[in-house]
Amino acid sequence: MTGRIVSVFGNMVIAEIDGRVVQNSVGYCCRSDGARLLSEVIRVRGRMADLQVFEETRGLRVGDLVEIEDAMLSVVLGPGLLGEVYDGLQNPLWELAAEAGFFLKPGTYIHALSTEKKWNFTPTAKPGATVDAGVALGWVPEGIFQHQIMVPFSRQGRFTVERVAPAGAYTIEHEIAVLKGEDGRTHPVTMQQSWPVKVPLNVSRQRLMPTEPLVTRVRIIDSMFPIVRGGTYCIPGPFGAGKTVLQQITSRHAEIDIVVVAACGERAGEVVETLREFPELTDPRTGKSLMERTIIICNTSAMPVAAREASVYTAATLAEYYRQMGLNVLLLADSTSRWAQAMREVSGRLEEIPGEEAFPAYLESRIASFYERAGAVELKDGRVASLTIGGTVSPAGGNFEEPVTQGTLKVVGAFHGLSRARSDARRYPSIDPLDSWSKYTGIIDPKKVAKVRSVLRRGSEVRQMMAVVGEEGTSTEDFLVALKADFFDNCYLQQNAFDEVDAATPADRQRFVFDKILAVLELELDVANKDDARKTMVAVTDLFRNWNYAATDSDDYRRILVDIEAFIASAGRSTAGGRHGEPVGEAVAAGALEGAAG
Amino acid sequence: MRKYFDQITRIAGNVVTVTATGVGYDELATITGPHRSSLAQVIRLEGDQVSLQVFAGTQGVSTEDRVHFLGRPMQVPFSDDLFGRVFDGSGRPRDGRPEVQAEAVDIGSPPVNPVKRLLPSKMVRTGVPMIDVFNSLVESQKLPIFSVAGEPYNDLLARVGLQADADVIILGGMGLRHDDYLRFRSTFEQGGVLGRSIMFIHTAADPVVECLLVPDLCLAVGEHFALQGKRVLVLLTDMTAFSDALKEIAIIMEQIPSNRGYPGDLYTQLARRYEKAVDFDGAGSMTVLACVVMPGDDVTHPVPDNTGYITEGQFYLRSGWIEPFGSLSRLKQQVNGKTRDDHRSIMDACIQLYALCRESREKRDMGFEMSEWDSRLLTYGGLFEEQIMNLEVNIPLEEALDRCWGILAECFEPAETGIRRAIIEKHWPKAL
Repeated sequence: MTGRIVSVFGNMVIAEIDGRVVQNSVGYCCRSDGARLLSEVIRVRGRMADLQVFEETRGLRVGDLVEIEDAMLSVVLGPGLLGEVYDGLQNPLWELAAEAGFFLKPGTYIHALSTEKKWNFTPTAKPGATVDAGVALGWVPEGIFQHQIMVPFSRQGRFTVERVAPAGAYTIEHEIAVLKGEDGRTHPVTMQQSWPVKVPLNVSRQRLMPTEPLVTRVRIIDSMFPIVRGGTYCIPGPFGAGKTVLQQITSRHAEIDIVVVAACGERAGEVVETLREFPELTDPRTGKSLMERTIIICNTSAMPVAAREASVYTAATLAEYYRQMGLNVLLLADSTSRWAQAMREVSGRLEEIPGEEAFPAYLESRIASFYERAGAVELKDGRVASLTIGGTVSPAGGNFEEPVTQGTLKVVGAFHGLSRARSDARRYPSIDPLDSWSKYTGIIDPKKVAKVRSVLRRGSEVRQMMAVVGEEGTSTEDFLVALKADFFDNCYLQQNAFDEVDAATPADRQRFVFDKILAVLELELDVANKDDARKTMVAVTDLFRNWNYAATDSDDYRRILVDIEAFIASAGRSTAGGRHGEPVGEAVAAGALEGAAG
Repeated sequence: MRKYFDQITRIAGNVVTVTATGVGYDELATITGPHRSSLAQVIRLEGDQVSLQVFAGTQGVSTEDRVHFLGRPMQVPFSDDLFGRVFDGSGRPRDGRPEVQAEAVDIGSPPVNPVKRLLPSKMVRTGVPMIDVFNSLVESQKLPIFSVAGEPYNDLLARVGLQADADVIILGGMGLRHDDYLRFRSTFEQGGVLGRSIMFIHTAADPVVECLLVPDLCLAVGEHFALQGKRVLVLLTDMTAFSDALKEIAIIMEQIPSNRGYPGDLYTQLARRYEKAVDFDGAGSMTVLACVVMPGDDVTHPVPDNTGYITEGQFYLRSGWIEPFGSLSRLKQQVNGKTRDDHRSIMDACIQLYALCRESREKRDMGFEMSEWDSRLLTYGGLFEEQIMNLEVNIPLEEALDRCWGILAECFEPAETGIRRAIIEKHWPKAL
């Protein structure tokens, strides 16, 4: 279908079209110098189609040709996605750089997967077998995974396998199987297929209740506000509170098969950090480069707005594709507020009646349907796979009452609210332990968690009271509660992101340390006065902090454990007044300072 | 091919609508009347109705003025002849000298491919201890100075421009008072950096649309110098004036405002400019330091708020000095481990002690008794403010570190500073 441009305003183009137009289909605005700018139909009124252009519209004229395709905006799925860096429309950025140099030239598009690389195919389907969409026909090795080559998800109905290519090396365009439909027509199958990004990809028997904890190795998340495989969570926080650092750490340490990072409308520098450092870092669980399990979709704040809107869907679709292979996938979207702002810009140009803070009225339903793409599923062959979605939110002015945060809180399973006060105090992670919540059950018994939360809450109440009446006006018992809350905060909730050991705590160690901490919190400490109380708690804080820095089962670790057990057994007498006061060292302070940045 | 159109159908605010065909979006035009001529830029195409944003404003534009489309977007000449020159917001010389004859480059180039960016790793030395020691500026960083009207933010910016070790210094002034412009100019002249600086100045008296172009002009020129391998420092003041100009145009164009009248794309507009800061893989770099005046000292105001989400940290300028708390350079740990082994230790210790000093001051002001420790903290605070925080201080990083050691030694015992023993032994000033 073709048409002619009648209006250009920002990244919105209105075109007059002859014939059929499909909502959300792809179009190209053809600039007079020959460049074809990718766009998407977002509204149809009579013969007028409104398109959002994924590039700068500079140079487009009234009367320029618009070509509209039938297909909706789609991504290519196949082996070779892992380790790639794409823009929001799945253009491979390394290849773009090789072709266009320093800048992203409008109208330059490159196929997302290499058509030359050969993959070692091993067939698993037998000729004559009956298959339907999503059933594996064979696999190729991709990094540490067996990448399943599946019957295209868009194929409706049942098919008979006519023939399958023998084991061998093929490109993604090579025919590896031929299927015969019930109507007798045959369909060749290659290793690549495409899927429209705005349609959830889920070919499975059923959706399951997500229950298995997803260990991120961040203690405050795993122990206090857990997330689960197939669940959703959000991280709202003002600027500078450490949203992106928290996501970067999660993308490194999370116990999951594949991580898809969607850098949506945020700083380019942060993506650069990931894409320059990940190839150098090894995944401790596989010994391979972290990049081999990561896909980066980056549409940074300077890149065109409409593509920013598409980028989170692109990321979700790639994540869903790997879920179809029976893998556990984590999608980190940073930040969903920028995505919502992109919708607001488009909505404004469409002159729709604005909702709160000029966001479109459909904002909440869009947020909800995005997070609903997460989930644990039972695939057709009985395997269980999951997609977990974690999104950051950047509320204007750090005020959580704004529409994006509120719309997100309604639909997620866990809320990790970052607090400016904690990040200013250089406490990393700056997740607020009193305001945050999770609906999931994690690796620690909820009863124990409840006990600790009550200590935290009482500690905070005592602190507030103390701000008014001073230390003198507080009873020693109350004072001790405040000290215990601080102790838990310092030794467990906070982590040094720059210390090799402390940066990531495995689940076993978390359970073990948590029990010891709980034992300390429950001790009836026999202290004479507040000074005595402070000395005792300083001593035990020092013990636990140093314990956190000791590698599991190292000599230091065992030695400190003996001291801790002695402390607990003697109700605080064994170290009180003894070895306290030894400074933990400035490395800790420096680490904490740096941990808060970002 | 010269195309003239003279059917002007609407004049409103700074926007003129003309009936024309064959016009490209973003294209530049001139509007010529009997008495005046101005550049204008296409901001909307609707059938044969072309809306233009007129740089010089629409005062005196008549319905019979002639509009001539140039067939190209806004451009700026680029060559070494730009050094020492001053231009206005539409790129015309404002120093009374002739136009620069050189190849013109487009402003508002496409974004940099993230894979062609390097991890920032080189420090920009400014000679201001509060920056160098405590929040180092890093090449390719974008950093705003959050301030309020009346603070000496322009002086600070000028000093950084004067003292920073950059190859090219580009100053973009938006809504500047004329005397501020003259001050910048004389500072640069006396400091001997005029020969490697370029200024694009929009004063408060100039048409508001020209204000919008200033950052783009600065960044386009800076980007091309960076591509030549040079290390460029761009100074912008003040971005709140720029945002207010955006607001003005958006409202004239009947866009739906989102927050306090600012357009919904304020974040995108600011990010497109700030994100030009870059360290090219295989060429030079561009660092951006910008002033943001916070109306009512309110950091949640849309301009500082959106800026904070874009930039890599912020400096707060309050009561005449850079506030040690709240100010943050997110990239400092990329460089401050490589300067001198005591850099990080001094950075942490001085700030922690200064925080304690502030607590002691509060206690004193509330009438509590001062201990001996408190009074030493107070002495320390006084010395620190006078010798380090004072914006007049201009010393290299190493000297600033030594000076910090001197102050610490004057006020404290080594163990009281909380600095690691090995560092103390190496750097603690020996008693004479």
